[in-house]
Amino acid sequence: MIALIQPLSLEITVLVLGMLLLMFEAFIEHIDKQTLAVAAIAALAVVFLATFFLAPNPSMDQATGFWSFYTADPLAIFFKRFALLTTILVLIMMIDYAPTVRHSFPGSAKQVGLGEFFALPIFTCAGLMYMASAIDFIMIFVSLELVTISFYVLVSFTRKNPATLEAGVKYLVLSALSTAFLVYGITWIFGVTGQTNLQRIASALAHTDLDRTAALFGLVLVLVALGFKIAAVPFQIWVPDVYQGAPTPVTAYLSVGSKAAGFVVLLRVLRPFLIFPKVERLIVAVAVLTLIYGNLAALPQNNLKRLLAYSSIAHAGYLLIGVACIDGRAVTFYLVAYLLMTLLSFSVLVVISQQAGDEIADFDGLAKRSPFLAFAMLIAMASLAGVPLTAGFFGKFLIFWAAIAHQQTTLIIVGTITVACGFYYYMKVVRAMYWQPAAKTGSIPVSGLSKLAMSALIVAIIWLGIYPKAIFKALEPQRGPVMVTAVESLQR
Amino acid sequence: MLLLIIFTPIVAALLIMAGAPARRTALLASIFNLCLSLLVLAAFDASSRGFRFVSSFPIFPDWQLNFTVGLDGLSLIMLLLATIVTLASVWFTDKIDNYERAFYACLLFISGGAIGAFASLDLFFFYAFHELALIPTFLLIGIWGSGNRSAAAWKITIYLAIGSFILLLGLILLYQSIPAGARTFDMRALKTAASQIPPDAQRNIYLLLLLGFGVLVALFPFHTWAPEAYASAPAPAAMLHAGVLKKFGLYGLLRLAIPLVPAGAQYWTGLLVVLLLGNITYIGFVTIAQKRLDWMLGYSSVMHMGYIFLGFASANLLGTTGAAVLMFAHGLSIALLFAIAGELRKRTGTLVLEDLGGLGKVMPFAGLAFGLGAFAAIGLPGFANFAAEIMVFFGAFQRGWEMDRFHCFQIATVLGLWGIVISAVYMLRAYRSAFMGPIPDRWKDVVDLRGSLRVPVTLLVAAMLWFGFFPQSFVRLVSPAFRTYFSASQPR
Repeated sequence: MIALIQPLSLEITVLVLGMLLLMFEAFIEHIDKQTLAVAAIAALAVVFLATFFLAPNPSMDQATGFWSFYTADPLAIFFKRFALLTTILVLIMMIDYAPTVRHSFPGSAKQVGLGEFFALPIFTCAGLMYMASAIDFIMIFVSLELVTISFYVLVSFTRKNPATLEAGVKYLVLSALSTAFLVYGITWIFGVTGQTNLQRIASALAHTDLDRTAALFGLVLVLVALGFKIAAVPFQIWVPDVYQGAPTPVTAYLSVGSKAAGFVVLLRVLRPFLIFPKVERLIVAVAVLTLIYGNLAALPQNNLKRLLAYSSIAHAGYLLIGVACIDGRAVTFYLVAYLLMTLLSFSVLVVISQQAGDEIADFDGLAKRSPFLAFAMLIAMASLAGVPLTAGFFGKFLIFWAAIAHQQTTLIIVGTITVACGFYYYMKVVRAMYWQPAAKTGSIPVSGLSKLAMSALIVAIIWLGIYPKAIFKALEPQRGPVMVTAVESLQR
Repeated sequence: MLLLIIFTPIVAALLIMAGAPARRTALLASIFNLCLSLLVLAAFDASSRGFRFVSSFPIFPDWQLNFTVGLDGLSLIMLLLATIVTLASVWFTDKIDNYERAFYACLLFISGGAIGAFASLDLFFFYAFHELALIPTFLLIGIWGSGNRSAAAWKITIYLAIGSFILLLGLILLYQSIPAGARTFDMRALKTAASQIPPDAQRNIYLLLLLGFGVLVALFPFHTWAPEAYASAPAPAAMLHAGVLKKFGLYGLLRLAIPLVPAGAQYWTGLLVVLLLGNITYIGFVTIAQKRLDWMLGYSSVMHMGYIFLGFASANLLGTTGAAVLMFAHGLSIALLFAIAGELRKRTGTLVLEDLGGLGKVMPFAGLAFGLGAFAAIGLPGFANFAAEIMVFFGAFQRGWEMDRFHCFQIATVLGLWGIVISAVYMLRAYRSAFMGPIPDRWKDVVDLRGSLRVPVTLLVAAMLWFGFFPQSFVRLVSPAFRTYFSASQPR
């Protein structure tokens, strides 16, 4: 008999899991830390499965008490799954990365620190899951802080490395600043409307007797903070240095998890303010700047991590096109495609960077040394560039579809040029792998678990490139109830 | 049967990557495919209008997105061209030193992409199949190319990516311009649905389609990628790309632009005529100035695109039929010329025209084959090219004809006729300096094409001669497709 699960119990389970891991780290010495990570992956996988058996969400109109902070609509559940999947893949990368972490704690016991390294992403995951459900500014703020604070530690985890330390400090200072902007913006909006719940803000703003300029000012301040999260220009300065300095799995986590959460919140926060035409123009301007900056700055990069940092800015630009056209479906699909291809490229990078380094030149001749890794990277790069029959292409397809439907001519022209830029810098990696002579010889070992994860990602990228419907199905609002009634009929 | 033709090369490519003997599998697959397409040709009932061999699989029902394939006369001859040239280029592939499997797999992927695009009746797959060939082209030129291969590979990839992206925007705009109820990706249904597009929307759509397809076909002034890429590409890749894949753009224009947006085509006729005259005259003179055989051939293929555009621009039954036949004829002749040039390079190590000379004495067969290819390219009677060019010129001359004065089409036709003289100049000059005259001592030991390589040459020459002497067998196939276009509204 399948019992229905309350949505909230997902987050609680994840939090308890994180605490358990910390307890193991603190009190049990003789345990292989790797088993902790594997156990965490298994537990998260169980939670992921549990998201398919959720109790129905109370309807939004009668939302009171806790349900005025928290929603479990299809978008929220979809992004909970998204966060769980990202965390699982990041944990797999972290297992591969563990030797490097160990090196940064010289002299001390064998596996010290590793437990925390595996436990912190789980707290981040809980934060991301809360964020997906947040429909109240207070909730948004609290969950955002949960995510950010665990990232502070993760970014500077291998703290013996000066570059990592620099990244940690930069992230800490700028992130704190953006948080201040967020709180300040929330206060302004609360001051005007007297509400923190997004839906009530929407109905309050519909009254014309309010001071709309003040509400807009508050929104702009909130957008500053969210712009920092999603790495939109002009709040992108931190991205290249932090991405390059942070441990590679954490970079992957930052570029996927943090960005996705930022976009979910952005979609939710913008909805009440859409009655102002100025907001759309603002988003269009930011999108144009982000596209141009991200793509042009990525062109001359020689370090793959830095290249991926700029590419993540560039992809924020494409996503912002979707936001400017208020097409939640296109944004969501693009985020999923972005998750798959970014995590695939980072998981190859984790393996290579421990063998050689993270310059593009370190990928020279990879096709000879490890055809599998080279092929995985080829698929990731082709998808990031937007070659058809990959998920990345369908993402761009939907985004530009929305842009043409909304007649955003500027965005379309700028987007077309930047797509061509993308082909140049992503193909640079392909060139290195396939036709530069290898500096070293000898094959590169890949652990079974990461090989499995990479193969799954490759299959998913190609599958979504041919059959994108799977994602849309998961987003359809009627799906939850249909599922639930099916389960209910089973119980009877 | 059609599905079998589309997927044979792709499956063969996957098999080769998985470990099947590369050359044997590729040859077998392409011979098999040629036989199948000949069977289809034999079974094809030319008198019937509409599409035959149709099969359809739903992919995304909300958008009416289906995987639909089918053939009419126009796509049938393109299919035939693709299978003939694929066999010839696979056969001409010499021993490959590194990544032999990947080379054959790339060739077959290009072939499968081209065949799939020609056979698709669904806009989305029409586009996606063509793009399947993009990455293999990049790899073929980058890994196995010669000369400045890296720059050439970038150039072709970025040009083609931008061209196909503009094309994608055009296709989306086309789809969205149709009233919501009638929207479809199916080319058969589009013909009626598109009649509801208002004329000013047609202009924008046609411009996007013309630019997008134009970049893919090397329409002046977007041609600069072509000569460089063909000069650097290994001979089989150049044969396949110049012979088959480049025809995709022209095929698309014939298939989409003329029937769907006739008002747009009418509006931009002047622009197209100016650009195509750029192809014929300007590129013609540039071709004369070339000092290397491979560059000369590359430019000549760009120049001949001008004639096909002329037939297309004439927008009447005679001209478009001529354009379709010329696509086929040019594909065969340019593939033959690139094949012989590749053999020359292999034997002498140079393609600088001044250094060659007198090779007809030691390579009589290659000399004969090159001569036939050159005569065909010039448009000598007896070759398919002649029949096609005659139709193109008559068709173009006919358009807007008045007894007492010349309009732009008459002037364009006269200038185009001078293009024949230009092409005679460069082709005969190249032939003379490569094969005639006294033979330098160092070429005394050069050997002729070995026995087995004469088979594909004979195949190409036989096809050219057959359709040169019996062009009506072709015209009968192609013209019903165009007759349906022009029966509704004959543009004048």
